[in-house]
Amino acid sequence: MSFEPKIVAFLCNWCAYAGADLAGTSRLQYPANIVPIRVMCSGRVDPEFILEAFRKGADGVFIGGCHPGDCHYVSGNYKARKRVEMMKKLLKEMGINPRRLRLEWVSATEGQKFADVVSQFVEEIKELGPSPWREKK
Amino acid sequence: MEGKEMKKIAMYWGAGCGGCDVSLLSLHEKILDLLEEAEIVFWPCAMDFKYEDLEKMKDGSIDIAFYNGAIRTEENEEIAKLLRKKSKILVAYGSCATEGCVIGLANLYSREEIFDTVYLKNETTKNEDGIIPSSNDLHLPEFLPHLKTLEQVVKVDAFIPGCPPPKPVLENALEALLQGKTEFGKSVALCDECPRKDSKPEKIEINKFYRWHEKEDNGDCFLAQGIICMGPATRAGCEAECISANIPCTGCMGAVPKVREQGISMLSALASILGDMDEEKEKEIIESLQDVVGTFYKYATAKLLPEGRLKDES
Repeated sequence: MSFEPKIVAFLCNWCAYAGADLAGTSRLQYPANIVPIRVMCSGRVDPEFILEAFRKGADGVFIGGCHPGDCHYVSGNYKARKRVEMMKKLLKEMGINPRRLRLEWVSATEGQKFADVVSQFVEEIKELGPSPWREKK
Repeated sequence: MEGKEMKKIAMYWGAGCGGCDVSLLSLHEKILDLLEEAEIVFWPCAMDFKYEDLEKMKDGSIDIAFYNGAIRTEENEEIAKLLRKKSKILVAYGSCATEGCVIGLANLYSREEIFDTVYLKNETTKNEDGIIPSSNDLHLPEFLPHLKTLEQVVKVDAFIPGCPPPKPVLENALEALLQGKTEFGKSVALCDECPRKDSKPEKIEINKFYRWHEKEDNGDCFLAQGIICMGPATRAGCEAECISANIPCTGCMGAVPKVREQGISMLSALASILGDMDEEKEKEIIESLQDVVGTFYKYATAKLLPEGRLKDES
C-alpha cells in the first residue's frame, strides 16, 4: 500500500480557510491528506501546536495565512512567519526535516492556489516518507 | 529526639554533577532545623550506606526520598525503582531528575557517538590504541541508550526545580514537604522578581541577537538589549540569582506551572518581539541564532526527545 501522509493544516479564518472553501465550492481537486483546523489568524498558531501535531504523529504541518500586508489583525501573519522560521530551526536540530513544515499565503480568492500548494505539499511529504516521530509510536 | 516522631528521609545521587547534594548544605544553619525534624536513613554521598541497607528497609518506610540526578545507567534505574518501593513520597530533586538538565542534551547523540567522543575522538584525549574501558571480572552497569528523567521511569510525587535548587526554593520546598504537601513554589515567571524589571520598556523590539559576551551590559533588561534571557518562560522562585550576578537566565527552574513547553513558549515570545523587517533580514537574524535546542531546551532536552534525536531520512 502506498504511503498516505497525514497533514495537519492550520488555516486562518479570513484568507486561507476561505480560499479552501472556494477550492471546495469550485470543485477543484486536491488530495484528502490534510486535516484542516480553522484558527482566527495564522498568528494564533502557537509553535506548541506545531510541535504537538508532530508529536502526535503528523507527517507534515501546513499553515495558511493572509498575504503580507493583508492580515485581518494587521501583523499576525508576520508573527507567524517569524515563528515558523524559528520552528524550522528547532525541528532541524531535533532531527525532523524542516520541509515538513510549510507556511503559505493564500487569499480568499485563491482557491486554485490552495489546491495547488496542498497538492504540492502532499507530494513533497510523500517523497519524504513517514515522520520519524510517527515511526516511533 | 525522644518522644517526637522523626521523619525518615533519603537522598540519592543519580546521573548528575553532585551539585544537588551540595545544595542541601546551602541551607547553612537551617539544615540543623531540618535535622530536628528528620533523620537521614540513606544518603550514600554523605554517609556510609550500602544498597543492601536500602533493600532491607520495609516498603514504604521512608517518608521522603529525594532523587537527584537523571537516569543514565542501569544502576540509576534500579535504585530509582527501589527508592520508589521504599518511600511514601518520592521527590525529583533538581533539574536533572525533573527534566534531564544539561546532561540531557546528550539525547541529541547516540550512545555510540558519546563513547566515541569520550574515549576516542576528543581533542584532549590521547588514546592511540583505541582502548575502551571494559572488564571481564567486573560487571559494570549498562549505559542506557538515552537519558531519562525520574518521571519517565517511576511515579514521582513532587518536583524541586533548579540547577541546583537555589536556597529560597529549597527552603520553601522542604517546609512544604515536611508538612506533607507535594505542591509548592511560585506560579509566576521569573521577570516578576527580576531586579531589572523596571528597565523593561513597554514594547521590546529586537533587531539583532547578541550572545551575552558580545555586548557590554548596560544594566537594563537583557531582552531589551537583544540578549536572550529565558526569564519570561521560566518559573520564579530563585530570586533571580543569575541576573543579580549580571548573567541572563538560562531557564533551570523549568516552565511556569500549567505551561507545558518552556522552550517553545520562549521561542514563540522571541519571535513576537523581533522588530519589523523584510523577509531576508528576518531569515538572517533567525539564522544567526546558534544552537536552538541548547538555548531553549538547555534543561529539558530529555523531556523533548526521550527517545533521542529523531532520524528523518533524506
